[in-house]
Amino acid sequence: MKSFAFHSPETVPDAFALLNDVSESKLLAGGMTLLPTIKQRLAEPAALIDLAKIPQLSEIAVDEDALVIGAMVRHVDVVTSALVRSKVPMLVHLASGIGDPAVRNRGTIGGSVANNDPSADYPAAVLALDAIIVTDRREIPASTFFTGLFETSLEPSEIITSIRFPIPSTAGYAKFKSPASRYAVVGVCVAKAGGSVRVAVTGSGPCVFRVPEMETALETSFEPAAIASIKIGAAGLNSDIHADAEYRAHLITVMAKKAVAAAIQGL
Amino acid sequence: MSSIIGIGKAPRRKEDFRFLTGRGSYVADMKRPDMTFGVFVRSPHAHAIVRGIDKTHALASPGVQAILTGKDVAADGLGSLPCGWGIHGTDGLPMKEPPFPMLAQGKVRFVGDMVAFVVADTLKEARAAAELLAVDYEVLPAVVGVLEAVRADAPLLFDDVPNNLCCDWELGDKAAVAAGFRKAAHVARLSLVNNRLIGNPMEPRAAIAEYDRGRDHYTLWTTSQFPHVVRFLMAALVLKLPEQKVRVVAPDVGGGFGVKQFHYGEEAVITWAAKKVERPIKWVADRSEGFVSDRHGRDHVTEAELALDENGKFLAFKVKTLANMGGYLSTFGPNIPTNLYGPLLSGVYTTPAIYCNVKVVFTNTVPVDAYRGAGRPEATFVLERIVDVAAAEMKIDRIELRRRNMIARDAYPYQTPVLVEYDSGDPLGCLEGALTAADAAGFGARKIASERAGRFRGLGFSTYVEACGLAPSRFAGRLGARGGLYESATVRVHPTGQVTVLIGTHNHGQGHETTFAQIVSDKLGVPFDSVDIVFGDTDRVQFGMGTYGSRSLVVGGAALSKASDKVIVKGKKIAAHLLEAGEHDIQFETGVFSVAGTDRRKSFAEIAGAAYVPHDYPLEILEPGLEEQAYYDPVNFTYPGGCHIAEVEIDPETGIVTLEKYTAVDDVGTVINPMIVAGQLHGGIVQGVGQALFENAVYDEVSGQLLSGSFMDYCMPRADHLPNMTVETHSTFCTHTPMGVKGCGEVGTIGSPAAVINAVVDALSHLGVHHVDMPATPNRIWRIIQNAAIPQAAE
Amino acid sequence: MIINFTLNGRPRKMDVEPATLVSELLRETLNLTGTHVGCDTSQCGACTVLFNGDAVKSCTLLAPSLDGAALTTIEGLSATSGSNRLHPMQEAFHENHGLQCGFCTPGMVMTAVALATRNPVPTEAEIRHGLEGNLCRCTGYQNIVASIMAGAVAMNAPAIGE
Ligand SMILES: Cc1cc2nc3c(=O)[nH]c(=O)nc-3n(C[C@H](O)[C@H](O)[C@H](O)COP(=O)(O)OP(=O)(O)OC[C@H]3O[C@@H](n4cnc5c(N)ncnc54)[C@H](O)[C@@H]3O)c2cc1C
Ligand code: FES
Ligand code: FES
Repeated sequence: MKSFAFHSPETVPDAFALLNDVSESKLLAGGMTLLPTIKQRLAEPAALIDLAKIPQLSEIAVDEDALVIGAMVRHVDVVTSALVRSKVPMLVHLASGIGDPAVRNRGTIGGSVANNDPSADYPAAVLALDAIIVTDRREIPASTFFTGLFETSLEPSEIITSIRFPIPSTAGYAKFKSPASRYAVVGVCVAKAGGSVRVAVTGSGPCVFRVPEMETALETSFEPAAIASIKIGAAGLNSDIHADAEYRAHLITVMAKKAVAAAIQGL
Repeated sequence: MSSIIGIGKAPRRKEDFRFLTGRGSYVADMKRPDMTFGVFVRSPHAHAIVRGIDKTHALASPGVQAILTGKDVAADGLGSLPCGWGIHGTDGLPMKEPPFPMLAQGKVRFVGDMVAFVVADTLKEARAAAELLAVDYEVLPAVVGVLEAVRADAPLLFDDVPNNLCCDWELGDKAAVAAGFRKAAHVARLSLVNNRLIGNPMEPRAAIAEYDRGRDHYTLWTTSQFPHVVRFLMAALVLKLPEQKVRVVAPDVGGGFGVKQFHYGEEAVITWAAKKVERPIKWVADRSEGFVSDRHGRDHVTEAELALDENGKFLAFKVKTLANMGGYLSTFGPNIPTNLYGPLLSGVYTTPAIYCNVKVVFTNTVPVDAYRGAGRPEATFVLERIVDVAAAEMKIDRIELRRRNMIARDAYPYQTPVLVEYDSGDPLGCLEGALTAADAAGFGARKIASERAGRFRGLGFSTYVEACGLAPSRFAGRLGARGGLYESATVRVHPTGQVTVLIGTHNHGQGHETTFAQIVSDKLGVPFDSVDIVFGDTDRVQFGMGTYGSRSLVVGGAALSKASDKVIVKGKKIAAHLLEAGEHDIQFETGVFSVAGTDRRKSFAEIAGAAYVPHDYPLEILEPGLEEQAYYDPVNFTYPGGCHIAEVEIDPETGIVTLEKYTAVDDVGTVINPMIVAGQLHGGIVQGVGQALFENAVYDEVSGQLLSGSFMDYCMPRADHLPNMTVETHSTFCTHTPMGVKGCGEVGTIGSPAAVINAVVDALSHLGVHHVDMPATPNRIWRIIQNAAIPQAAE
Repeated sequence: MIINFTLNGRPRKMDVEPATLVSELLRETLNLTGTHVGCDTSQCGACTVLFNGDAVKSCTLLAPSLDGAALTTIEGLSATSGSNRLHPMQEAFHENHGLQCGFCTPGMVMTAVALATRNPVPTEAEIRHGLEGNLCRCTGYQNIVASIMAGAVAMNAPAIGE
C-alpha cells in the first residue's frame, strides 16, 4: 500500500471539511471494499477520512413511518437489532447473508450503498423499499441514486449520513449466492407498501434495477404464483464464469418467487 | 503419565500445541538479519516475445539492490528447471523436452511466467521498482485448450515441438483390446473433461535465501514437501553448486497437496540472487501470484469405450486422453497423466484387455503437475463413470454390474493387463460395508421424500483402487523416473533412552510427528512422549525423497521400522554382554531385554546408557552409541482402495446440487492412528467433492488470462457446502510393507469425484442424462435440465 | 501516528505509519506471526483476530483503527481464559483433531471463540454457517465443526475450582 494520511473527525462537518480540503482523500467506513481495492492498487488515496468516530452515524431509530439506519451501522448491528427485526425483518435476513461474520462485523450500510457494487445486497432493499439516502446536504430518493456500475448520484465530497427506509407492509429478500465470493449472483427484494409493490434486482445487471411486470402482477395478487410465468429477457444481463445471462434471467424469477414467499411469511 | 502408545491407538497430535498457540514456524514467519525483499515480475501475457527489458528506471528506484532477468541467468551459464521423468512415445522416441528457464529467455509462455526478479531493502520498495521495470513484449496468439493446441493451425509454444505435442504415449495391448471389442455385445462410450484444478494450500509459497561468504555456503528456507530433492535438483542441475554447500530447510509448511512437491524457479532464482546481494532475501507469494504460478492439476479431455459381453462382463477398455502440460514440463509433469493414469484403468475389475493412449500437450497455461491423487483420480473418474454409463445402457443395476466384474478377495495377488500387480484387496467387502454404512437400502424412501419436495435425489458409487507408496525405484526407472523413490530414516537413541528420529519425509499436516512416534513407541517400547521426529532440513536429516504420493508411512514408515529393528538387534548384542548370555537367548519385548526363561533383564534405557557410557561394553565387537539408519525401497506399489457412496439432492429450479450424505469405506491396510486416518480421508474427500461440484480453473480462450484467479472466482469448498461424512475402514493388509500399511493420503480425493458425479447423473437419469462434466455447478445443471428431452418429472 | 490500544490484555502505545494493515503490524513489527495471511482478497479468514471481541480480518483492518480498541490474537488467547495452557477452544481443537497443517488454525480458533461467545450452544448448521469466511484446505471441516461444538460447551461450562 502506498502511504496515506489518516484522519478521524468527530463530526460530519469536520469530515466534510477534511474531505473537501485534502485532495485525493476518501471516506473510510468498514473498509471491506475500500481496503481490498487499495491493497490491489486499484485506488491510491492520499488520505483516508475515517467515519468511525462520529457516534451519530451509528444510530438506528424510527422516525415517523421510517426506519432510519445510520451510515456507519454495521451489517452485524442490523442483524442483531431488535428494532430492525420488529420493523423491517427483511433487512435482518438480508444483512445476515452478506459476506461472512468478519465482513459483517466491519462492513456498513453506508459504505455498501455508496459503493453500489453490482452484486451487493443492500441496493436491492434500498430501491425496493423506495428508501431515501440522507446525506450531509440533501435527501436523495433511491430511484435517482443508483446510476450505473459502481456509480451513484453522490457529488464529490458528499457524505451519506443515513438511509431512511419507509416501513413497508411487508418485504422479502432472496439471494442466490456465488458459492465462491458470497456476493449475489442474483438477489431480489420485493416490498409491498399499501397497494403498491416494488421489485428490485441486484447481481444481474450493471446496477440494481426494478421489474415493472412483476410489480404489476404482484399488485394484483401478492403470491409467488403471480409471477411464476414472467420471464425476464437475458439481453443486457451480466454473464460470467459462474452464471450466463440466460441463467441469471431465469434466476430472477426464481428468486423473486422466493422473496414473495418470504414477504408473505414476514421474514 | 508418559507411556507406550503404539500402533492402532489415537493419541492426540504432538504437533498441535505450536499451531494452536500461534507458534508454528512457517517460512513467511521467519526473519533474517539485514533481510531484503524480492518480488517477481511476471508476464501479463499468455504468449509473447520479450523484445527487451529496460532496467534503468527500476534500478534508480529507492532501495533497489538487484534486478535479475533471463539474460543474467544465461550469462551465468545456469541450467534450466529439470523434469524428473523422461517418458517415451509410441514411436519409441523420448518426449519433447524443451528447456524451462528459471527466468524467461526470449519468450513467455503463460500468464505468470517469470520475467525478472527485483530485490530491494523493503517489500514496498521492491514492489515499486518492479512496477517501473519496462518489459517490451510482442504479444503472440495464445492457445489454452488441448483440443485447440494440437490443431494444425495452432500457435506453437516451441519452434521444435510440432503440434505442441510433447509425447504421444501408450500403454496396453492394442490388438487384444480390438479383439475384445469385436466380441462385444455392447459398447459403452463416454467423452469427458477432467477439469483443471488449483491446489491452493492455505499457506502461499514462500522462500528465504541466504549466502554466507565466509563458508561459501547457501541456505534456502522454502515451502517444500521435499527439501532434499530441491537441494539435489537445484544444486546439481540448475545452479551447478556443490551439494554440500547448500542447505535446504522446509520448516512448518501449511499444506502441500502436491503444489509444493516441485522444484520451482523461484527457489533457484532467490538462492542465486542471495549471493549477488550478499544479504538474505525473502519472497512470499501473494495468493493472486499463487494462482498464476503454483502448478495446476488435472485438465484432461478424454474419450473412453468399454466393451461388454451380453452378461455385462467387461471384455476390453480403451481410453484416449489429451493431457494439458501447460507451458513447460514441471518436475513430475509428464509422469502424471501417463504412468500414474494408464496403470489405474484396470480399477477393481477383471477387464482382460486395456489400451490407453495419452497425448501430452503444451499450452499457454501454468504448467500442470501432480495435485493430490495425481493421475489416479482422473483414471478412477473415467472408469467409474463409464461403468455407470454401461450399466444404464444395458439396464443392469450399477452395483450388480460392479459385482460381476470385481476381483474376488481370493484372486489376489492380481496381475492387471496394465503393468501393476495388486498384492491384496477386498473390493467387494468394501462395497458391502459401504452399502450398509450409507443406508443404501433406505435411499428409495429418501428419494420419494425429495420428489415430494420437488427435488431430484441421486445415489452414486465409486469402487476404486489406487497405486501409492511411491515408488519401487526399479519399476519407476523402467517407466522413466530419473531418480530413486526410496526413503530413509535414522533412529537416534539418546543416552537416556529417549529417541530422535530423523526422517526424509516431510510433515505438512499429515501428523507424522505423532504417527511415526507411535511406530517407534510400539517397536522400541519407549514412551510415546520420549520420541521426537525431525524432518525437513537437509543439514539434519541424511536424505529423503519427501512427502507425496501417499508415501510417507508406506515408504518412510517402513524405513523407520527397519531402522528400529536394527536398534533392537544392536541392543540385543549389548544386552547379551551385560547379562552374560548368548545373543540368541536375548528376548526383546515392550522395552525390556531379557534372557529367555530367566528374570535377568535390562531396560531399554539401561542399554542406551551402556551404549553411550561404555565402561562395561563389548568394545571388541561393537561400536559404542545407539543410532541406526535404514533406507527402504518398496518392492511394489501399495494398492489402497474402497467404496465411496455419495448422495445428492438437486433443486431443479436453481440447479443447485447439495451433497446430502457421503460414506467411504476404505482399505488402507494397517491403521496406525485411526484419528489421523479419518482426518486424511475427510480432507481428501472434500478436495474431490470440490473438483466435482465447485472448483474450476478457467482460462480465457483468446487472451489466455486466468479468469478464476482469486478466491472470489475459484470456488473453494467451505464448511457450509458440506455434510458430515461417514468414514470407515475395511482393511486387508499389504503383503510387502513391513507393517502392512497401504497409505491413506490420497484415497479420499481419488474415490470421491466419480461418486459425486455418479450421484448427480443418477439424480438426473429420468431426464435421459448420461453424463455431467465437472464441476456440476448450478448453471451447468440448470442448463442440462433445460436441454433434457423429457419434461421435468417433479413438476 | 500514535495509537493506543490493548493487545492481548496489555496496554500498547505505538507509532504507526497509517498505511499499515493490522496483519502487517502484528507479523512484521510485533513478531506475532500466529496471525496468518492466506489471501489478498479478504476471503480466507486465516488472519482473523478479535477486535473488541468481534472476529475481524486483520488483513482488512488498518492499524490506525486500533486506536482505543482491544485486540486479541491467537498468542493471547490462552492468557485471557485464566488457564495457563490452552484456551478451552484450543483444547477442543486438539482433542478433536481440528487441525492438520495448522495454517488456517489461528483464524479458525478466533472465529470459533467469537462464535461460541455469541452463541453458547451452536448447532452444527450454525457452526458451518459461521465458518463461511474461513477456508481450510486440509480437514474437510468435519473435525473443525466437531471441535467448535465441544469448545463451545467447554467455554461456557463453569470452570472447575472457580
Ligand atoms: C469477503 C467479502 C465478502 C463480501 N460479501 C458481500 C456480500 O455478500 N454482499 C454485499 O452486499 N457486500 C459484500 N461485501 C462488501 C461489504 O458488504 C462491504 O462492507 C460494503 O460493500 C462496503 O462497506 P464498508 O463499510 O466496508 O465501506 P468501505 O469499504 O469503507 O467504503 C466503500 C466505499 O464507500 C465510500 N463510503 C463509505 N462510507 C461512505 C459514506 N457514509 N458516504 C459516502 N461514501 C462512503 C468509501 O469512500 C468507499 O469508496 C463483501 C466484502 C468482503 C470483503
Ligand atoms: S488473509 Fe485475511 S482474509 Fe485472507
Ligand atoms: S489445517 Fe491446513 S488449512 Fe486448515
